[in-house]
Amino acid sequence: MKRKSKTAARPSEEIVELRLYVAGQTPKSLAAISNLNKICNDYLDAQFRIEVIDLAKNPALARDHQILAIPTLVRRLPVPMRKIIGDLSDTERVVVCLEVRNSKT
Amino acid sequence: MANKRKAPARELTPLRKAPTGIRGLDDITGGGLPKGRTTIVCGGPGCGKTMLGIEFLVRGALEFDEPGVLMAFEETPEDIASNVASLDFDIQDLADRKKLFLDYVHVEPSEIQETGEYDLEGLFIRLQNAVETVGAKRVMFDTVEALFSGFSNPGILRAEFRRLFRWLKDRELTTVLTAERGDGSLTRQGLEEYVSDCVILLDHRIRDQISARRLRIVKYRGTKHGADEYPFVIDEQGMSILPLTSLQLQHKVSDERVSTGVPDLDAMLEGKGFYRGSSILISGTAGSGKTSLAVSFADAACRRGERGLYIDFEESKDQVARNMKSIGIDLEPWSAKGLLFHEAWRPTQSGLEMHLLRIHKLVEKVKPQFVIVDPITSLIESSNDKEVYSMLLRMIDFLKNLGITAIFVSLTAGGENLENTRLGISSLTDTWILLRDVELNGERNRCLYVLKSRGMAHSNQLREFVMTVHGIQLIPAYIGSGGVLTGSSRLAQEVREREQARLQQQDIEQRQRQAERKRLALQAEIASLQAQFAEVEKESEELGREKLERERAQNLDRRNMAKSRGSDEKSSASARIGGHIDEA
Repeated sequence: MKRKSKTAARPSEEIVELRLYVAGQTPKSLAAISNLNKICNDYLDAQFRIEVIDLAKNPALARDHQILAIPTLVRRLPVPMRKIIGDLSDTERVVVCLEVRNSKT
Repeated sequence: MANKRKAPARELTPLRKAPTGIRGLDDITGGGLPKGRTTIVCGGPGCGKTMLGIEFLVRGALEFDEPGVLMAFEETPEDIASNVASLDFDIQDLADRKKLFLDYVHVEPSEIQETGEYDLEGLFIRLQNAVETVGAKRVMFDTVEALFSGFSNPGILRAEFRRLFRWLKDRELTTVLTAERGDGSLTRQGLEEYVSDCVILLDHRIRDQISARRLRIVKYRGTKHGADEYPFVIDEQGMSILPLTSLQLQHKVSDERVSTGVPDLDAMLEGKGFYRGSSILISGTAGSGKTSLAVSFADAACRRGERGLYIDFEESKDQVARNMKSIGIDLEPWSAKGLLFHEAWRPTQSGLEMHLLRIHKLVEKVKPQFVIVDPITSLIESSNDKEVYSMLLRMIDFLKNLGITAIFVSLTAGGENLENTRLGISSLTDTWILLRDVELNGERNRCLYVLKSRGMAHSNQLREFVMTVHGIQLIPAYIGSGGVLTGSSRLAQEVREREQARLQQQDIEQRQRQAERKRLALQAEIASLQAQFAEVEKESEELGREKLERERAQNLDRRNMAKSRGSDEKSSASARIGGHIDEA
């Protein structure tokens, strides 16, 4: 289940590749998805790609991708890989963790 | 712990148990870990927690057809597989055969940032996936506390742990959870608060540079269990918890008797020797012949075709074989025939449990009819008396249960009370033969006596113990006013006695000769008297004849005279002549 999202204006910048792991339609999962969308829209300038993986449908991926906590947001690119867990309600922190400079403040 | 306060009036189904297959553990837990429940195995680093859990899974998969899931938080599956490969466990093979599912749960705190609410549903998904893949009945978490380092919100973690245990219980998965021991509590994170069915504590301590492992069942809800600390060892066949056999005095006894290998000693034991399956203690000071006596027994037993195990803590096989030739015993044929197994190792080589386990395994391998341990006192070097005592107790019970005749050689240090075996094991053994030195007149000699022998009228005599090229001989010691005489004192005494006897003999012979002379003299006297008698007899005969002659001559004269006088007296004369003629 992939959801291609915003492609920003400046192609020269590095691509931010994100993966969000959820398990079914739980409140936390739904909150995480909406929070992530919000953050990406509001704070991220960079080109980014978001992939949402539902482990309830692909349980084997939990092992393969070393996922424990739900929801987990993984920044696959740029390296190093980062893991952010939780429903992403702490916007400031998510932005800092993603280390993507915001330009819209 | 066993709760017996409320005795149930109705019959309750007993707690189901999942056998671990680990040597000894099922004995002390009464059948295994609680089935469908969670057991915490806690202890310090390197105490064998992981080993217990993995053996539980591997044996479950191999022996009880219960596949398992291993959730490893600390080591990768490759690491675990190579760690246990030395134990004959092929984890990878089990994984390939879908008997075991390995999941390495990587928890790296530095990689994780927390933002808001979360749960550990990912772990549940993985677990569920793993359980379904192999149809698991058993699960092991090693070490689940690693989660506490990865996630900073203890409130969430505790809630998730509670959910996890409920989840496991609902699915009736028999679970082993390893946990680091904390200060003042069983586990660092207080996991025992959530899981209260069974808690096993492992301990690894070092004393005098020798490691000793201990296992204790801290609690086991709803069942009777051994509450002591049990020693255990980990060797190439996995974990073994001692006792390996239940400690009950229910062994069968045999009425059969076996020779001691020393005919004189048999004679002291009702002429029959030891009871088969009994335990015999041979104690004595250094060089008193303990080993020789034990080897004599071994030799006789092998001669009967019995198999035996000789566990030696002092001498090598070849050394014993060489030394025993000096008393005319050749052990080599028995070794060559596969009757006598001589195993020698240093008691300081490993801890006490290892010794016991090794003996157990040897006994299981060799299946002997007799076992000799020479000497048990060497074991003291590696441990304290109390432990040795309990070990020997277990060993004796173990051998007795199998009906194996056991000979324990015990060295009594010089100057100690001879009847005080240092380990107090004399009460455990059935027959106690004591060897002692007697020092007298500048020499030492060996003495033997049977201090006790249950169930037989044994001799109460002290015997001198002599080792000859034809084996051991027991000689009645000389007991006189000067005390017990042995060795050359006894020989001197024997010489004195012989001298005395010789003198008496001479005296008698002399008197015999005197009597003979007297007899001869009397005989001579009798002969001379007989000669005189004969002479007298002859004389009297001659006199008789002379008398007759004379009478005849007189008659003749008378007749002639009558003839010359006339014939008046004719008739009478003719009658007389006629009579005379008849007579002639």
